[in-house]
Amino acid sequence: MNGRRSFLRGFFAVLLSGGAIEGVMKLFPSKALAKETARTGKWYGYGVSVDKCIGCARCMDACKNENNVPKEPFFVRTWVERYITRKNGQTTVKAIAPGDEATPEAASDRTILRSFFVPKLCNQCANPPCVQVCPVGATFQTGDGVVLVNEKTCIGCRYCIQACPYGARYLHPKTHTADKCTFCYHRISQGQLPACVEVCPTQARIFGDLNAAASPMSRFLRMNKIHTLKPGLNTEPKAFYANLDGEVR
Amino acid sequence: MGKLFERFPDPLARLIVVVVAMVALGAFAYFVLIPKPVKDIEFQWADAVKTEKARPVRYAGFQVCEECHGEIHNTKKTGYHKDLSCETCHGPAKAHSENPDKVKPNIPTARTFCPQCHAYNPSRPRGFPQINPVAHNPLKPCSSCHNPHDPKPPTTPKECSACHGEIARMKAVSHHVQLECTTCHQAPQQHKVSPRSVKPTKPQAREFCGKCHGKDATDKLAKNAPKVDLGEHGEKYVCWQCHYPHSPEVEQ
Amino acid sequence: MNPEIIRSLQELLPQIQGYIYPNEIEIHWGLLIVVYPYITGVVAGAFILASLVKVFNVKEVQPLYRLSLLTALAYLLVAPMALVSHLGHPGRFYEILLTPQTSSAMAMFGFVYAWYLMAVLLLEIWFVHRTDMIDMAENSTGATRLLYRALSLFSKDKGERAVAFDHKALKVITIVGIPSAFLLHGYVGFIFGSIKANPWWSSVLIPIVFLFSAIVSGIALVVLLYMIITPLTGGKINMKCVDKAVDFLFYAVIVDFSLEMVDFIHRVYQSEEEIKILSEMVMSKLFLSLIIVQVLLGMLVPLLLISLTKIFKKRFSLNEDMRKMVYFISVILIQFGIFATRWNVVIGGQMFSKSFRGLTTYKMEFGGIEGLLYAIVLLALPIAILFVLMKVLPPWKELREEGETGTEALGGAGM
Repeated sequence: MNGRRSFLRGFFAVLLSGGAIEGVMKLFPSKALAKETARTGKWYGYGVSVDKCIGCARCMDACKNENNVPKEPFFVRTWVERYITRKNGQTTVKAIAPGDEATPEAASDRTILRSFFVPKLCNQCANPPCVQVCPVGATFQTGDGVVLVNEKTCIGCRYCIQACPYGARYLHPKTHTADKCTFCYHRISQGQLPACVEVCPTQARIFGDLNAAASPMSRFLRMNKIHTLKPGLNTEPKAFYANLDGEVR
Repeated sequence: MGKLFERFPDPLARLIVVVVAMVALGAFAYFVLIPKPVKDIEFQWADAVKTEKARPVRYAGFQVCEECHGEIHNTKKTGYHKDLSCETCHGPAKAHSENPDKVKPNIPTARTFCPQCHAYNPSRPRGFPQINPVAHNPLKPCSSCHNPHDPKPPTTPKECSACHGEIARMKAVSHHVQLECTTCHQAPQQHKVSPRSVKPTKPQAREFCGKCHGKDATDKLAKNAPKVDLGEHGEKYVCWQCHYPHSPEVEQ
Repeated sequence: MNPEIIRSLQELLPQIQGYIYPNEIEIHWGLLIVVYPYITGVVAGAFILASLVKVFNVKEVQPLYRLSLLTALAYLLVAPMALVSHLGHPGRFYEILLTPQTSSAMAMFGFVYAWYLMAVLLLEIWFVHRTDMIDMAENSTGATRLLYRALSLFSKDKGERAVAFDHKALKVITIVGIPSAFLLHGYVGFIFGSIKANPWWSSVLIPIVFLFSAIVSGIALVVLLYMIITPLTGGKINMKCVDKAVDFLFYAVIVDFSLEMVDFIHRVYQSEEEIKILSEMVMSKLFLSLIIVQVLLGMLVPLLLISLTKIFKKRFSLNEDMRKMVYFISVILIQFGIFATRWNVVIGGQMFSKSFRGLTTYKMEFGGIEGLLYAIVLLALPIAILFVLMKVLPPWKELREEGETGTEALGGAGM
């Protein structure tokens, strides 16, 4: 009897010790990771001015050139959607492709209420569901807030692809590991802009450190009404959209 | 060992031996046999960050080109294309910047290239310069009229429709087809040169529309115009909140 | 580049309806991941059936006790094969054991699986068969003798103290085993249910629905195996036992059906933003597998058939063959129904776009690692393993027991 009691006491002592609590806290990445590590040093974010995008797809081209993304249209790190909302309230969406024919006939289409382009990419969530579900820790968040995939340890289970609400991930057909936008981590760590931001002709894409006092990024956040995609999922995206239409999901 | 078998029932004692052996084996494998990089997640993350950082850069960035191509840079920096990176049109040029003689970046000359941005597309933001590539000087390369590094229109257009084609087309099929643009807008000469900074006027008040559409309108244009009582019609709103002036009929 | 993938994706393009994100054309979890929850479901269900004997003292189903334990083991051994072979890098599966991410449901797989295999199933089977293995070692020679000696961990003790401990241990293991079986399959449900990005999966009811469908599939499969194996090996089907097992099956199907209905009604009533695309998917892409196979053939028809034997008790109690036939048809239909359930969860969850604007499609291949052939092999493999297990640890004596007499033999006495 005595033995059992002392065993239980020891058991609870272990449970209450720091190690166990830390383990439990890891189940809740929003609490354990995002909030506390975020606010010192660099914390990268991305801005999209929906009103400026002309749908030229230079960004998609640049991304594929810069990052060895397969040239086929099925695998993309960033893409641009074209929305057409008609007067009857129906919205049709299409992902544009580089070299798409513009559709001049739509000029005379009087049923169109409004139409616009929306660039999409990995939202680099502060509270990333893909990181939460990765069984082996192959996808992780760096100290500056970028979610990366370690292609040496990714087992290709695709759980992260299922967990991403934004469809930003794909399985690279060559490496058989999960792949996604890295904010061009090799570029930004040298002080350069991500390739898509570099080539965007209308500055619809903005990139920068969210903690920086004065930068195009902080100006963008200050001067616009900002929305994020699927905010109800509490992923806390760091891709911020200015003048986003409610139809965009 | 013997003591273990005396103290516990035979099956339990045997299981204890097996479990202890397995745990020992597992612990030995984990702590001794398996090298640290395989089991240390922090190490793996640091390694992955290193791999990511070491990936080759293909786009050199907008600052680099200026060093050699100063002249073009000077032309470009005051033109409409001042915000464009060189690599937006010329493609990835890191290789060229490292080896300028051997590797030459692409110079796009085909008539299909410029329309990627400038073909008319109703989803493009209003005011962005757009043309219909089929109707716009067919077969002529874009650069024969426009310098891509300073792409201002070759001559200042006389008609508003040259730039505001969308509005002109809309007005052409509306009841306002007979009205000149200048009936409602006063366009300063300077607007034709720098359209963004000097803008034409726009009507400001209800009374402006009332000149034709008011109950007791006297303007000579007002003869056949539909009339409303400005005091009752439309309450506090200004006219163009309901009627788009370039296509003023109320749509169903 | 892999032209195979490109070609197969190209073929899917014309079948896309509406708008999907460009990366969503490929269905990432295919047939193998359908097979995986089906197999673990059978494991959990078969174990629950076994524990009916031990914990709930249902004497009638004693003949199924060893068979269901061996079935559970045979299927459990195949379960990780489905998972590992679908990985992009099957050779890296050890990563999940070396650097498991505590926040990931999937990372717990190795531990849940190891716990269930080692601490529950193998242990229970060992204790059940220990004295038998000693006997068999004594009655054989050469390699066979060595095999049984090793399997019994060189135990020779058939004394009172040891046997009494066997019974006590069995009781403890089974009691621990029930929550473990719940954990094993409820956890598989959690893998899907915890994905907030996917409204088809993201439901608190999913683990519980998985659990009850597991019980349904496990009981049905063991009954099916019993009804096939016994006559094939010259035995006689014990109808009292089958009646009782089908009774439990009947209740389990009712609970399973009600839970799925609750889930369905709840979704339709709440009717959140995804409801349009989900109902479109159910009415087009999943109509056959969900409405027809899962609900109609897999649940309602078996429920109706089994109720008939209850309503017309008199007529059916006289005609054993008729009852056998009804049961036989029911348990087969239920197997197809549960497999369709897994299909609808796994494949259905990936057929609609997370933009809620369109549907993609799934094209099953025949050959290859994600193909039909391999899935059939994986589904047949447990039967082969079971065949070997039954050779090594024969359940025949128990299978042939008539009614309640003799249930006090090894297993039953423990209670």
